[in-house]
Amino acid sequence: MPDDFLIRAGLAGVGVALAAGPLGSFVIWRRMAYFGDATSHAAILGVAMALALNLPVLAGTAIVALAMAGTVSALAGRGWAMDTLLGVIAHSALAFGLVAASMIPGARMGLESWLFGDILAVSRSDLAVIWGGAALVVALLAWRWQALLTCTLHEDLAQSSGLNPGRERLILTLALALTVSVSLKVIGALLIAAMLIIPAAAARVVTRTPEGMAMAASGLGAAAALGGLFLSFQQDTPAGPSIVAVAAVIFAVLLAGSALRRGR
Amino acid sequence: MLVEAKALTIRRGSETQLSAVDFHIKAGEIVTVLGPNGSGKSTLMRALLGILPPSSGEVRRAPGLVIGYVPQKLAVDHNLPMTVRRFLSLPKRVSDAEAMAALARTGVDAGLAQRQMSALSGGQLQRVLLARALLAKPQLLVLDEATQGLDQPGEAAFYRLIAEIRAETGAAVLMVSHDLHVVMAASDRVVCLNGHVCCEGTPRVVSNAPEYRALFGLGTQGALALYRHEHDHGHDHSHAHDGALLPATHIHGPGCNHGHAHNA
Repeated sequence: MPDDFLIRAGLAGVGVALAAGPLGSFVIWRRMAYFGDATSHAAILGVAMALALNLPVLAGTAIVALAMAGTVSALAGRGWAMDTLLGVIAHSALAFGLVAASMIPGARMGLESWLFGDILAVSRSDLAVIWGGAALVVALLAWRWQALLTCTLHEDLAQSSGLNPGRERLILTLALALTVSVSLKVIGALLIAAMLIIPAAAARVVTRTPEGMAMAASGLGAAAALGGLFLSFQQDTPAGPSIVAVAAVIFAVLLAGSALRRGR
Repeated sequence: MLVEAKALTIRRGSETQLSAVDFHIKAGEIVTVLGPNGSGKSTLMRALLGILPPSSGEVRRAPGLVIGYVPQKLAVDHNLPMTVRRFLSLPKRVSDAEAMAALARTGVDAGLAQRQMSALSGGQLQRVLLARALLAKPQLLVLDEATQGLDQPGEAAFYRLIAEIRAETGAAVLMVSHDLHVVMAASDRVVCLNGHVCCEGTPRVVSNAPEYRALFGLGTQGALALYRHEHDHGHDHSHAHDGALLPATHIHGPGCNHGHAHNA
């Protein structure tokens, strides 16, 4: 009989993977990988802010993630290259967050758990937040699915059918901020982007439709979460990095398999 | 009137891309907008579609107007798995029967339905894009440089298909092209654009131009007409229209303050 904390950890990992599958697929399709990275790094500043102001961490990270997205799109409109902007803002937010956290009594101790996650310490109420947030993200993406896909494919084409690409972009940004906020405890700020990108990239290898890729990404992400936890438990390795490592192995195996099939 | 522009002016920064353009298209009409690169044709098209807001002047679209837009190209990212069948269900889901009928109508082999969009040839892609646009049952089809990447027989066949579709569905067709040598004889009106409306008129089939007959053969069934128009003109010296195509109905736009010498 596995221990309670392991069951909670497994459920938390699967919850994050379910939301990260479809969202990560959009991150890949829209070439937002840097954006996902930046949002999750900026979350550390949100954690520091929340601790300093005695706000819930979820609110702090969500606010900072949205503020970052807003700043990036405002500056990008003035001709700055996106990767430069994201590089400046993401690392600044991370640095300010780390500096701010070091000044808050007690926060320095827990810093590592925000950076790398602390999935084995997930409580019942954490689990409720994770599954609630994940369900919200999945519902949001399912509701806007057709519009999001059309806008991703061709913005003018979407607009000529009466869709609003700006609104769909905002919905994706919201979903990203929410996912980062609820995943922080599970996988940590430094590795959230990996959970978005690696399972979706692996799913691409074996699928033929957008829906297939999104669902396979969720499934592969969940498998990576459970596999990583098992590895962590067996070998006493850190949980977050173990999960990402297993996801990376899954990606490599699928890629090699498809290369072999094509080579034959 | 499906779409009407009055004194439409569009500026981007200090550059005026369109100045005081009057334009209209009626139900069932085929209108071709011709102009060299940088003449503002795409800008005009995007303004008529409602994507670009006018800097001054106005664009009016009939209430509830359904537009089928065929973009110039659609680069489906390799990371986005998308079959032809799935693409036809964007932004609105359609039944298999509807999808297959649309493919059949535009001359796409049914076997391509499960093919990835990124694996289509230029000609196949154009027909699939047209099929998708037709599924919305549009009152207005908008085609942006639709024949780019097609060889000349392919181009002729594509124009013939457009003419047939107009005859069957009664949809108006707005085409944008920089191809000054070939326009569709079935065009009811040709509008020449170079920042302003240079001239507009009715095309005349050139049935006795031997070099073009030789090029397109008799198989084109008159779908192609010769249109020659010298567009690299400075605006304060006279230039000659070759005159093969814009006969008596040729009307100068109000923005034309340059001299013209016509030998038609």
